[in-house]
Amino acid sequence: MSLIKEQDYGTPARPGEAAVAVEIDGKEVLVPEGTSVMRAASEAGIDIPKLCATDSLEPFGSCRLCLVDIDGRKGTPASCTTPVAAGMKVRTQTPKLAELRRGVMELYISDHPLDCLTCPANGDCELQDMAGVVGLREVRYGFDGENHLDEPTDSSNPYFDFDASKCISCSRCVRACDEVQGTFALTIEGRGFASKVAAGAGGSFMESDCVSCGACVQACPTSTLQEKSVVELGMPTRSVITTCAYCGVGCSFKAELRGDEVVRMVPHKDGGANEGHSCVKGRFAFGYASHPDRRLKPMVRERITDPWQEVEWEEAIGHVARRMLDIQARHGASAIGGITSSRCTNEEVYAVQKMVRAAFGNNNVDTCARVCHSPTGYGLKQTYGTSAGTQDFKSVAKADVILVIGANPTDGHPVFASRMKRRLRQGARLIVADPRRIDLVRSPHIEAAHHLQLAPGTNVALVNALAHVVVTEGLVDREFVAERCEDFEAWERFIARPEHSPEAVADITGVPADELRSAARLYAAAPNAAIYYGLGVTEHSQGSTMVMGMANLAMATGNIGRDGVGVNPLRGQNNVQGSCDMGSFPHELPGYRHVSDDAVRTVFETLWGRTLQSEPGLRIPNMFDSAIDGSFRALFVHGEDIAQSDPNTQHVTAALTALELVVVQDLFLNETSKFAHVFLPGTSFLEKDGTFTNAERRINRVRPVMAPKTGKHEWQIVCEIAQAMGYPMKYDNAAQIMDEIAMTTPTFAGVSFDKLDRVGSVQWPCNDAAPEGTPIMHVDGFVRGRGRFVDTVYVPTEERSTRKYPLILTTGRILSQYNVGAQTRRTGNVVWHPEDVLELHPHDAEVRGIRDGDMVALASRVGETSLRARIDDRMPVGVVYTTFHHPTTGANVVTTELSDWATNCPEYKVTAVQVALKQTASAPSVSVPVPVVVE
Amino acid sequence: MTDSPMSAHVRLANEIALHFRHRDPATAAEEIAAHIRAFWEPRMRARLIADAEAGNGDLDPLIVSVAALLPPPVAG
Repeated sequence: MSLIKEQDYGTPARPGEAAVAVEIDGKEVLVPEGTSVMRAASEAGIDIPKLCATDSLEPFGSCRLCLVDIDGRKGTPASCTTPVAAGMKVRTQTPKLAELRRGVMELYISDHPLDCLTCPANGDCELQDMAGVVGLREVRYGFDGENHLDEPTDSSNPYFDFDASKCISCSRCVRACDEVQGTFALTIEGRGFASKVAAGAGGSFMESDCVSCGACVQACPTSTLQEKSVVELGMPTRSVITTCAYCGVGCSFKAELRGDEVVRMVPHKDGGANEGHSCVKGRFAFGYASHPDRRLKPMVRERITDPWQEVEWEEAIGHVARRMLDIQARHGASAIGGITSSRCTNEEVYAVQKMVRAAFGNNNVDTCARVCHSPTGYGLKQTYGTSAGTQDFKSVAKADVILVIGANPTDGHPVFASRMKRRLRQGARLIVADPRRIDLVRSPHIEAAHHLQLAPGTNVALVNALAHVVVTEGLVDREFVAERCEDFEAWERFIARPEHSPEAVADITGVPADELRSAARLYAAAPNAAIYYGLGVTEHSQGSTMVMGMANLAMATGNIGRDGVGVNPLRGQNNVQGSCDMGSFPHELPGYRHVSDDAVRTVFETLWGRTLQSEPGLRIPNMFDSAIDGSFRALFVHGEDIAQSDPNTQHVTAALTALELVVVQDLFLNETSKFAHVFLPGTSFLEKDGTFTNAERRINRVRPVMAPKTGKHEWQIVCEIAQAMGYPMKYDNAAQIMDEIAMTTPTFAGVSFDKLDRVGSVQWPCNDAAPEGTPIMHVDGFVRGRGRFVDTVYVPTEERSTRKYPLILTTGRILSQYNVGAQTRRTGNVVWHPEDVLELHPHDAEVRGIRDGDMVALASRVGETSLRARIDDRMPVGVVYTTFHHPTTGANVVTTELSDWATNCPEYKVTAVQVALKQTASAPSVSVPVPVVVE
Repeated sequence: MTDSPMSAHVRLANEIALHFRHRDPATAAEEIAAHIRAFWEPRMRARLIADAEAGNGDLDPLIVSVAALLPPPVAG
């Protein structure tokens, strides 16, 4: 495939019916009201020369290149800023226009380096193109006048350069930062000839507020803002459209390559999730895929203290199968199991759960969603009937009030955050419920109407109080509830009890009652109010209760089933939704159908030719407990680093050490592989062929840009293990796996690679009832029929601050790093976050004699680690915060065994800790148990 | 805070009980039993039943009544 270049219409599309007829160069075109003449012309196949216009940005009208002639109008208006009018007749090419455009280009080129042949953007430069289009043949002014040709290049950013000598001051970068990303890091400094692009207050890009999303680079029409990879490697020659492998937004990208080498990742304009935008991870942090740390050969060892031995695939697969069968022979069929990965494709995940259920013969399969969004699965299924967010991402553009609970979208889901910020700048009101003052609370052009700065662990008390206000102040949408819901009266009596009032819970949550009442009224009174939430909801001992509490609140106010509303989990990893959809949970077959359902099991038994177990299998924490008690002996870990990501590291490592066989399939040797006996090298997203499903249920194709560096696709390896264990399991390609998923799973019945290649993406359910997918769920009725109100009793967590551990630790992620950092730590992103730090309030720091940058000891009742302190008044007094991106700090050494009552999702967000100044300066360290060989 | 070596399944069962305590005991027991049947692996259920039968004092009394409603796990 050659290089894909999407059409640039010059200005954004306008909503509405194409009802305005205009004639451009003799061609009639119908467009919606408000459409620019430039866009109308482009839709008619007529490209008007332009430089400052691009269709991701509002028209600006500065370059004066897009002038047109309009019947009955004076002068030559700019087509980008001139809206169409019925009956308008436009000419885009006249001798006068040609002369004007040549004059404009002559001025631009008189102050531009004439180094086209050696310029990195040669062949991809709009200035170069326009010089050709307007027929520029000379520059009468010469090149010796005042100019910007000696302006320096800012190379401070690890991924792109800013060469000011090539800047034409079109402001596209500044506007992209404002309008697309919403960071407002760039500006035009100075006036007239002295005006130039500046990052922040005139420092370097790295010193500015720039978040390296790449929107400015994307918008730049010249080589002023240019990817360093293009400077080094040259222009790419072909594109493959694929899907980012980082967060749950699931952005579509064009992987642009020279041969098999990725030159750059460019956000795809037609991507349903991102519509041409990106963040620093997806846009730039792909270098890990070719990092020298990648392991490309299988390895085995007898004991975890032995050195690894590289072996051929056949030997490794045979070894795994023999050991698994031997353990089952000695300890029973239930003594082995597997963990699927949210970083892998739907097809890979489906293969792993099939291997466990059909070849292992048990339901001991779980997924890393256990430790993030399993409460979403439970809570939304109980109330609405299925485990999925209710909206598509676009829906936020119709929200009037946005309630963000326990999520930090600007860091965790930055491309969706840009959509959200755009809506907030248009006037939507914002309520943030978070212990920390996250960036959304106050950032350029955005200020939350309410920041409910609740104490960690009190979510349910807060959501109950919000619902209490709705019920007791007459804010219930009675019509919606009567038509669409059940069990309302009992819930109404429950939630109206005095103990749920804002006044009663103020001492628990720390949120002033007046503030909470105002927030509840704002949410309930909005024409459209939407809830977005993250792991600050789920990773609690009451994670599932809180999900149901939010579901109750949305139903009570009628905020379900249309654009602009809903209950929306922001999924952490790229394929959390998909890995759950694919039957990764030990109690559910693909499509969230319980293993005890005889009819469902029959579907799979008939196809797979094996009798399936009707009892739930072990969850991940149960696997650890059972490993320690000896009833569970072997674990296949697919693309997860449980020794770093799961809570209470000592417990996890004790379990891993107790196992007879640990098989790790991953890109890199990681913390878990220290306890492994077999290492099976995995494939990066650039080698995978399959699909990811993002947080809005959008199924996107993941297309390989190169063959697997390991020689095998991951699903192939899984199939070969199953076959070596005596179970025939074979596919010719990943498309066949999706065909099997569609055959067995009603919500995926209409999905195939062919369809995805044809339409781009679909959101499940996709079947005969919704052949093109379902952007918004529960429109005419809930999946379970009627939406069910569930009583949500607030039960305080057992984890409380004490005299010995007086602070509460909560954890999260930051923009530049991802999960355990296995990928992002192997990219240039480390410049932003070389180590995990502990954020704490100035008061908590001062009473402990801690200064910013000091090394501190962080201790809980289960473990201790050390890391550097960052003093920040975004933290409330008594609460500290860190991330778990670096194994050297090992934040999960201190997190505890407590978990959600319904799903066992760990309570990462509440750990009682003490922080003390370390007396000796040292690098971060952690007391990680040394692997011990079990004889 | 939990300092005692209470086994994981006992602790989890007791936590579940807290979330159903506002219901009348018979309804609560039925709902908890349904939850445990749906989500707990057979060997965990077996341990819970054994603990209840052995009079494990760490068990919430509501869970003792739940255990009586749990069928013996199907042999796998």
